Amino acid sequence: MEAVANDVFRALADPTRRAIFERLARDGEQTVHVLTGRSDVSQPAISKHLGVLKRARLVRCRHAGRETHYSAQPQALAPLIDWMSLYGAFWRDRFDQLENLLQRMDK
Amino acid sequence: MTDTAAITRTLTIERELPHPQEKVWRALTEGQLIDEWLMKNDFRPVVGHRFQFRSTPVPNWNGLIDSEVLAVEPTSRLSYSWATMGMESVVTWTLTPTAGGTHLRMEHSGFPSEESASYKGAKYGWTSFIGKLENVVGGLD
Repeated sequence: MEAVANDVFRALADPTRRAIFERLARDGEQTVHVLTGRSDVSQPAISKHLGVLKRARLVRCRHAGRETHYSAQPQALAPLIDWMSLYGAFWRDRFDQLENLLQRMDK
Repeated sequence: MTDTAAITRTLTIERELPHPQEKVWRALTEGQLIDEWLMKNDFRPVVGHRFQFRSTPVPNWNGLIDSEVLAVEPTSRLSYSWATMGMESVVTWTLTPTAGGTHLRMEHSGFPSEESASYKGAKYGWTSFIGKLENVVGGLD
């Protein structure tokens, strides 16, 4: 599971992959062909990005005839949402320390 | 395929501080002072300056945050990028004078959003990862 979480962070660090993921999440299952048609990026590049998303379990693929259909797996975002809530705790704690410092700076 | 706005989200924290704006600005922009409340760093208040926040490494995290100064508007606004664990985000500080001191607002943005992916909050098997994240955040001390 830990390796997967790191894959999720890396997969979504790239804006093209974020866009692909978002499109699949919003519009539902699509083929590489359709995804390429709506993008400035080449088909091999799209396929490579989909491979990274798949390793992070952010997308799933289904073969039908000669086409491969990709769909988003939004539940794979869970570690990021937890990261977010932990950052909330992190910053509130830092704010407390900042207030502490400001008081000490008076002396 | 550049429509990424909907997938980001922002964490905002605001606080009223009974201290003058200049003083709060110093705490946010002087390396030694930042060290005291946030993390060790080689920050300088110069746009384009690349620096790191450094904390104790923990398993699966090297303790480093790679940053670049994006905006410096003395005593009112400061912004830097915040990259760690393969995630890029931006931290922006806004200071506003108030009758009793300073209103401080922090925005940390760039997190993928749950809404954009219609995340259902269903049960999932990430408990080991959550445990690890707690170590990461603990290690930031």
